[in-house]
Amino acid sequence: MIEVEHLTKNYGPRSAVKDLSFQINQGEVVGFLGPNGAGKSTTMNILTCILPATEGKARVCGFDTFEQSMEIRKVIGYLPETPPLYQDMVVDKFLAFSAGLRHVPRKKISAAVDRVLQQCGLGDVRHRIIGRLSKGYQQRVGLAQAMIHDPKILILDEPTIGLDPIQIIEIRKLIQELGKAHTILLSSHILPEVTQICQRVIIINEGEIVAMDTLDGLNASMRHSRRLELKVRQPADGIQAKLEGLGRVISVQMRGQNLFVIESEPDAHLQDEVARMALDQQWGIEELKPMDMTLEDIFLKLTTEEKEVREVQA
Amino acid sequence: MKSILWIARREMGSFFYSPIFYVVTALFLFINSFMFVPALMFFSAQSLKATQFQQMGISLNPNEMVIEPSLANMGVILLFIIPILTMRSFAEERKNKTFSLLLSSPVHLRDIVAGKFLACLGVVAFMILLSSYTVLFVLALGQPEIGPILSGYLGVLLMMGCFIALGVFASSLTDNQIIAAAISFSLSLFMWIIGWAAESADSGVGIILNYFSLVSHLEPFTKGIIDTSDVAYYLSFIVFVLFFTYRVLDSRRWR
Ligand SMILES: Nc1ncnc2c1ncn2[C@@H]1O[C@H](COP(=O)(O)OP(=O)(O)OP(=O)(O)O)[C@@H](O)[C@H]1O
Ligand SMILES: [Mg+2]
Repeated sequence: MIEVEHLTKNYGPRSAVKDLSFQINQGEVVGFLGPNGAGKSTTMNILTCILPATEGKARVCGFDTFEQSMEIRKVIGYLPETPPLYQDMVVDKFLAFSAGLRHVPRKKISAAVDRVLQQCGLGDVRHRIIGRLSKGYQQRVGLAQAMIHDPKILILDEPTIGLDPIQIIEIRKLIQELGKAHTILLSSHILPEVTQICQRVIIINEGEIVAMDTLDGLNASMRHSRRLELKVRQPADGIQAKLEGLGRVISVQMRGQNLFVIESEPDAHLQDEVARMALDQQWGIEELKPMDMTLEDIFLKLTTEEKEVREVQA
Repeated sequence: MKSILWIARREMGSFFYSPIFYVVTALFLFINSFMFVPALMFFSAQSLKATQFQQMGISLNPNEMVIEPSLANMGVILLFIIPILTMRSFAEERKNKTFSLLLSSPVHLRDIVAGKFLACLGVVAFMILLSSYTVLFVLALGQPEIGPILSGYLGVLLMMGCFIALGVFASSLTDNQIIAAAISFSLSLFMWIIGWAAESADSGVGIILNYFSLVSHLEPFTKGIIDTSDVAYYLSFIVFVLFFTYRVLDSRRWR
């Protein structure tokens, strides 16, 4: 359904998304997980043909986002980060307008509006002005707008942000319900949210994919470990073997001539020992540092965020 | 085409919900009447005199004395007012982040531009229609020719179309409505006054400047002459500016 190949997006000199590749199959509900500034919204804007990619390709339903964007727009429903709502319009008029924009035939518009009003629990506010609704209800109107033409694919950028806990649960339920008949890509900061709704998770950080798997797969592949990166000036034979010989090391990967990634047990602090060994052997330490933001760290960050939210609520 | 009208309809609806529209319309009608009444009074005084001295063979032309100047005045008032109407077009969409609704819909960007333009044109046409009650007074007091009145209104509407296109263009450049209004007013004023420069420039340059001046193409309309070259000038001006707007919006997506 969605195929992304080597997607890169630069804003001026900075790249927001780097060489992203992933696939989403029909009927899947996929979570797009990552901390602030990871590039989630940027990727979604490219998929919905709002932004052109700097490099790489993205295809939706077999159509290229750049060359056949009109076809894609017909089958995609999009809830952007900030719901695109005309504040001065009445809810049902706005939804009717969105329906027309999405080429819903005139005669079917009012039925479509009634359907999404009901699905999103907006029946009571249908005659209210959008600007006077609470944030949660505005979010629902945004969601209703994305569903108005019954799209095959729904792209939802942080659909539960700014909602109260009860509404979060309701919206999650609604998305689960929709997931039965639609392909959904939704972004979130919050791991537990994704674990509830999605079958598969794509985790990105600073524009790059860190992990992509089913939830079970992710849990299994999460070895509880700590990683160190060592860069040396004098590449010598046997460095890898010597490092592996250190206590509590799980594995040592060689990346290129002089770069080693040392994976150790989580509570081992190996910096001192690695440094001592490097000095003794005169490898010449160029760099020795803990690898920042491993999958685990990101997981940690994402999980703690939800915890904080819970604590605040409690 | 359907999408253009759909967008234009919503856009016009949002004008009618906004207080700005009513303030601006009231202001426009007030100033317009304020400038019309003296012209009409002068005309009726003169025509009274003329009937008294019929033997002198003076014939008064209400088209020339009342309609023409009031159309020109209306153009000046709208020059000030149109930027206030057009400034929202794209600036507001960007600021409120509603633009992504249009951009992610199966609607071509040029149709969005056309829809915005048509909405403003519709609103201005509506305002002009409201102000045209003045014609009834002229009809009551004299025997104006109807043809030049109609063609005059057509000319004014075309010229306003040019101002609106410039306003929509200005609105595509920035997220700030005030800046959009300022740019739009400056551009429109510039297109207006190059006609003045034409008068003082030497003949070759003068002809060129005069050709590009928006006002110089209006005069034939008020005299009842609909010249295809004038119509073509206005229409191509509008299309050109709107095309430029489209390019600006399209290129802004790349940044
Ligand atoms: N219009 C823009 N101009 C310049 N930089 C931008 C623009 N939009 C986004 N960025 C940058 O691109 C990066 C990715 O942003 P993006 O909005 O895609 O992140 P995100 O994953 O959606 O974050 P969040 O969770 O905060 O919504 C950020 O570093 C951001 O500063
Ligand atoms: Mg985002």
